[in-house]
Amino acid sequence: MANIEVGGKSYETDEEGYLVNLGEWNAEVADYIAKTESIEMTDQHWEVINFLREYFDEYQIAPAVRVLTKAIGKKLGAEKGNSEYLYGLFPYGPGKQACKIAGLPKPTGCV
Amino acid sequence: MLHIVNKSPLTSGTLESCLNTMVDGGDVLLIEDAVYAATAGNAFESKLTAAMGRCKVHVLMPDLEARGLGDRLMAGVASVDYAGFVGLTVNNKNCQSWL
Amino acid sequence: MSDNKKFMFVNRKAPYGTIYALESLEVVLITAAFDQDVSLAFLDDGVYQLKKGMQTKGIETKNFSPTYRALEDYDVEKLYVEKEAMEARGLSEDDFIVGVTVLGRAEMGKLMDEQDVVLSF
Repeated sequence: MANIEVGGKSYETDEEGYLVNLGEWNAEVADYIAKTESIEMTDQHWEVINFLREYFDEYQIAPAVRVLTKAIGKKLGAEKGNSEYLYGLFPYGPGKQACKIAGLPKPTGCV
Repeated sequence: MLHIVNKSPLTSGTLESCLNTMVDGGDVLLIEDAVYAATAGNAFESKLTAAMGRCKVHVLMPDLEARGLGDRLMAGVASVDYAGFVGLTVNNKNCQSWL
Repeated sequence: MSDNKKFMFVNRKAPYGTIYALESLEVVLITAAFDQDVSLAFLDDGVYQLKKGMQTKGIETKNFSPTYRALEDYDVEKLYVEKEAMEARGLSEDDFIVGVTVLGRAEMGKLMDEQDVVLSF
């Protein structure tokens, strides 16, 4: 367990930096976590983050990378639904890194 | 195929579900509280006897003895020890545990 | 993969009362990553896992039933429900959160018999 301080408020995270209470997530926290991952958030990043949040809202899981890639392709087009594009945005893995920024748990099946 | 059951048929429908679902020619192994199904005079005896026509029923003897019923084994049920248990799992292609 | 094996997850417990249903679902999602032939069977009280309209706020437990709808994304498309179990619980296909194939008990037994690996929950 650890805590991060954002905008004067404290948020609980696990030992890997994932937010413990999903309901506490907001854009400011996302920006903060992104910085700790050395990611400068752009509209393209936000598109993926928002997609993940919607996916979680609907299915109650963070999708595995393979599933995420396919689903993004279906929704945002083939030029975005591929590993090259997604790893370009999130170099340490669109599953692990993007889920962390999106305030979601680590994807199921991700070790 | 081997079917392993561990619940008493007098408190759970598990053994009945197993017998209703399994294809003919399979093995059924009764362990833990399911060994009560293999005792003479229990209320499930006739159903188990009926199933013996189409599958082979085994009981894990240490579990039956532990419950003080080692001398009440009903006719037609084969008794196995732990080595026999292992043998059944090895000699069948697959196995379902009816938890 | 040439040695593609047939895996069946047999689900026989109602959700929430025990942890079996959720554990099974998590293992299914992990197994799906290994590109095997995966099918899910729902027998006995296991058919209750697929009931739609679950509201779990009152018991302060996560409602994991929407996740069954994500199985398609994981290429897990074979979901079988035992007809006798469904009918014995006053349920019909319309009550389920996902599309399933309803099989009579004998057919279900045959399908189970054909598997290379059966995972029991």
